[in-house]
Amino acid sequence: MNYHWNWHIFFEPNPTGAGTYLDMLLSGLWLTIATSLCAWIIALITGSMIGVMRTLPSKPANLIGFAYVEFFRNMPLLVQIFLWFFVLPELLPNAWGLWLKQLPHAPFYTAAIGIGLFMSARVAEQLRAGITSLPRGQKQAATALGLTTTQSYIYVLLPIAYRIILPPLTSEFLNTIKNTAVAITIGLLELTGQARSMQEFSFQVFEAFTAATVMYLAINIVVVVAMRLIERRVAIPGYISGK
Amino acid sequence: MIEISHVSKWYTPIFQALKDCTTSVAKGEVVVVCGPSGSGKSTLIKCVNALEPFQEGSISIDGIQINDRKTNLPKLRARVGMVFQHFELFPHLRIIDNLCLAQEKVLGRKHDEAVGKAMKLLERVGLKDHAQKFPAELSGGQQQRVAIARALAMDPIAMLFDEPTSALDPEMISEVLDVMVDLAREGMTMMVVTHEMGFARKVAHRVIFMDKGEIVEDAPKQDFFGKPRSDRAQKFLSKILSH
Repeated sequence: MNYHWNWHIFFEPNPTGAGTYLDMLLSGLWLTIATSLCAWIIALITGSMIGVMRTLPSKPANLIGFAYVEFFRNMPLLVQIFLWFFVLPELLPNAWGLWLKQLPHAPFYTAAIGIGLFMSARVAEQLRAGITSLPRGQKQAATALGLTTTQSYIYVLLPIAYRIILPPLTSEFLNTIKNTAVAITIGLLELTGQARSMQEFSFQVFEAFTAATVMYLAINIVVVVAMRLIERRVAIPGYISGK
Repeated sequence: MIEISHVSKWYTPIFQALKDCTTSVAKGEVVVVCGPSGSGKSTLIKCVNALEPFQEGSISIDGIQINDRKTNLPKLRARVGMVFQHFELFPHLRIIDNLCLAQEKVLGRKHDEAVGKAMKLLERVGLKDHAQKFPAELSGGQQQRVAIARALAMDPIAMLFDEPTSALDPEMISEVLDVMVDLAREGMTMMVVTHEMGFARKVAHRVIFMDKGEIVEDAPKQDFFGKPRSDRAQKFLSKILSH
């Protein structure tokens, strides 16, 4: 292989005129972090609501939850992002579509919401599994004490269920971060996007993607460590992961 | 206090769990419900505070119809204590918080007031020193005593016990029964599903024998243990009393 390695490339100015190649990658890194966090918050909130709906005794709530989960988890993420970005504005009334297309940072919002909704279906299924894994008697005990359904979820079922599903939730958070790379297809210059443009400008493909890989690894390690700390903090003495 | 009249329940169109059950528990009365497993005794007691729905008949507590759509079920349930076979303490809450949760969220008591009440009851069941522990750190017998205290913290007008000693090791049964005997002697209205015939002999006023979803025998204690009228009750008694 006749490849000219040049690790100094990171400190050379990039052709956009705004700092070095490293600055370029770092700006991608921040965008990846921002997109992931927004997407994860959306996934957690909507996923929790849908997951709870799927465990309620109400048939309509169940049906809505079921349809939601199947819609979002059975379509490739890439297709969903394209749908939100290219198809949705055309389906809306003209004025709205135009407004959407002209929205500043449209790729960022589309990626955050699109990935968030895609991941929410997965969070919903995790939470449903967590809630249904609890003994039936827990709900009955809460109900027998006079707690309403909402109260028994808030004070009894959810605090236990979330603790049970913390380890798989960690995986889902990591997936969310990795999935933001898909946003490159709608023009979001996140980490993968910036690595690609660095490659195109400098032809230093290995350096660019090595750096990107290290950065992805670093974010994910931070997440893994943070989630482990949370797991330990909320562990119940004598129960599941508690000591 | 508790009026059960002509209650029938089907789990599926062909499987009838309760067949035309009629009985009552007067204020201050202790009624023991016994019968072979699968006879519907747990189902019946869960129907009393509407944890299980039923299709026909009616149940009223203190004059309030539980199968009336207008009845505020959480409010009614808060006035009826229930103790489960598997304790069903909330594993993520300390013992003291297990006792305070419903007092605060359902009855609206101030935290200090709830804690005061809880500590008094824990002292009564002999577990004051365990207030800051988590349920999984207690033995089965201790957990069940906490569960009784949790139900009593709501100042119930009646107590329902669903096989409170069936999940306990033999040496722990008596510590739970002692608490129940004290309660009965204080005049608490109690409906108890149990196989502990010793308990029935000691404090029950009436014994109900169920088989295949029917109330086969409903007799004062002396009559039931003296000479049950039905063959099935006689056979049942001879089996469980012979050891």
